[in-house]
Amino acid sequence: MPVFYGTEIASPLMLGTAQYPSPAVLAEAFRRSGAGVATVSLRREAAGGGGAEFWALIRELGVRVMPNTAGCHSVREAVTTAHMAREVFGTDWIKLEVIGHADTLQPDPFGLVEAARILTEDGFRVFPYTTEDGILGGRLLEAGCEVLMPWGAPIGTGLGLNNLYGLRTLRAQFPEVPMVVDAGLGRPSHAAQAMELGFDAVLLNTAVARAGDPAAMAEGFARALEAGRLARAADPMEPRDMAAPSTPLLGLAVLE
Amino acid sequence: MSAEVTILGAGVAGLTVAHELAGRGVALRIIDPAGGPGPEGCSWWAGGMLAPYCEGETAEESVVRLGGDAADWWRAAGAEVTRAGTLVLALGRDRSELDRFARRTRGHRRLSAEALDGLEPALAGRFTGALHLPREAHLDPRAALTTLRRGLAARGLAIERDATPAPTGGTVIDCRGLAARDRLPGLRGVRGEMAILRAPDPALRRVVRLLHPRHPLYLVPRGDGIYMLGATQIESDGRGPPSLRSVAELLNAVYALHPAFAEAEVLEIGADARPAFADNLPRIVREGDRIHVNGLFRHGFLLAPALARMVAGLLLDGKQPELMQ
Repeated sequence: MPVFYGTEIASPLMLGTAQYPSPAVLAEAFRRSGAGVATVSLRREAAGGGGAEFWALIRELGVRVMPNTAGCHSVREAVTTAHMAREVFGTDWIKLEVIGHADTLQPDPFGLVEAARILTEDGFRVFPYTTEDGILGGRLLEAGCEVLMPWGAPIGTGLGLNNLYGLRTLRAQFPEVPMVVDAGLGRPSHAAQAMELGFDAVLLNTAVARAGDPAAMAEGFARALEAGRLARAADPMEPRDMAAPSTPLLGLAVLE
Repeated sequence: MSAEVTILGAGVAGLTVAHELAGRGVALRIIDPAGGPGPEGCSWWAGGMLAPYCEGETAEESVVRLGGDAADWWRAAGAEVTRAGTLVLALGRDRSELDRFARRTRGHRRLSAEALDGLEPALAGRFTGALHLPREAHLDPRAALTTLRRGLAARGLAIERDATPAPTGGTVIDCRGLAARDRLPGLRGVRGEMAILRAPDPALRRVVRLLHPRHPLYLVPRGDGIYMLGATQIESDGRGPPSLRSVAELLNAVYALHPAFAEAEVLEIGADARPAFADNLPRIVREGDRIHVNGLFRHGFLLAPALARMVAGLLLDGKQPELMQ
């Protein structure tokens, strides 16, 4: 099972907590999937000065809680939100989002590196939401991150792994670094594919929360992750262009 | 003063229960610190959609079923109910949202662009199709609450601001919404922010829901070019004024629905927190001589009539209600 900053997580499934039909459905999704980490957005729920009850419900899930800086568009916003989150949830884990564009929600790579450096120096364990770019990945590691979370596709699109080459390259470039495919997954097959590529975990929200039956979909993702993990460990065959019969032609019985 | 039943709270839950019980001859007191329905209670800020099928997109089946008679109840209670149905729309990029919505709801029919133009000419040429839910209805929550209050006053029932003298014996029906958290530990607040617009154009007759992956909205016509625009749904019990971000998102979305809304006047913006239990379903909870009616979430006007009938059935006929806990 994945190990982040020296802590082993019970499952490669990390689930967001937004957009579910109700907290009861959310809890059922966690129960059925055995997800190991719950991410929670501090910023949105803090609006109007409340949110404590919902956070209490999240804590009752009994899984590790990782607050995020979702919706932050600047370094300063993200850093402030991270500090608030550390106080509210009593954890130094932070999923760092610095959004660069309001429509595509793609990460701002420059702001991300700067915020990661500031937060690492402040003692945070930073989980950066990044692209599959390897140079950027390297800078984040230099800034003190010990985990990378490249996107599969833009947040909420459900498009799956958009740039297989880029993700494979990133995985190969930093073979020792734990990596999570974060955002853009739509179906369990996408999660299986991420595990087959050698990623350690996936983080998703919309694909489960907005499914017709979120709890069943969460379980589907958990099983797909297990399938992908087994496949990776089993050393899958390489694809080839020529057909190769699984039974040799030589030695077939001759029927006349 | 002797009364068999004391109702705490004059929001949509309290007043529907009061109407139902008074109609069946029960002696009542109604106590609300605000002295009646008003901006202190979250039903004042509600949309007033009687839209059980649309709610079925995310709500449990029981919401669809129990909300089915709401429009009839409100009309019988004297409220002005508009039975014009609901239109569900999606902008070009989000057309797949319409298919998803159709798969998860009942009571709708597909409208071609031409049929949509016939139904709401103000939207002509803007959408390639829509869903129409002809059996849904809407009302103006503030007018409906005032109607109930006047009906009770006509029976000699004034809403008292405080409980002096304290109720002596009898049943207390606690309809205080979020304020009842002192006795209902599972109750939480779900914040909603809304706006009221006056827009001479476009002239819409029925409720419009715009499906959007990030900023879904609904628009409820209240006559004379006035519309209620709602609503955010945030896991927070904060009751403070709306945030700029929420208002900007709502206003942007309504502008995307029709650019003529750019000329609308923003008459009000408002926010409050809806009382809800973890499954977002309402409950009738018995606590000694106290009966709680609470957790109506975003379904106050839709489900309060069914709950009021259940309370009356419980008190007068000893019938165990299905939402009883």
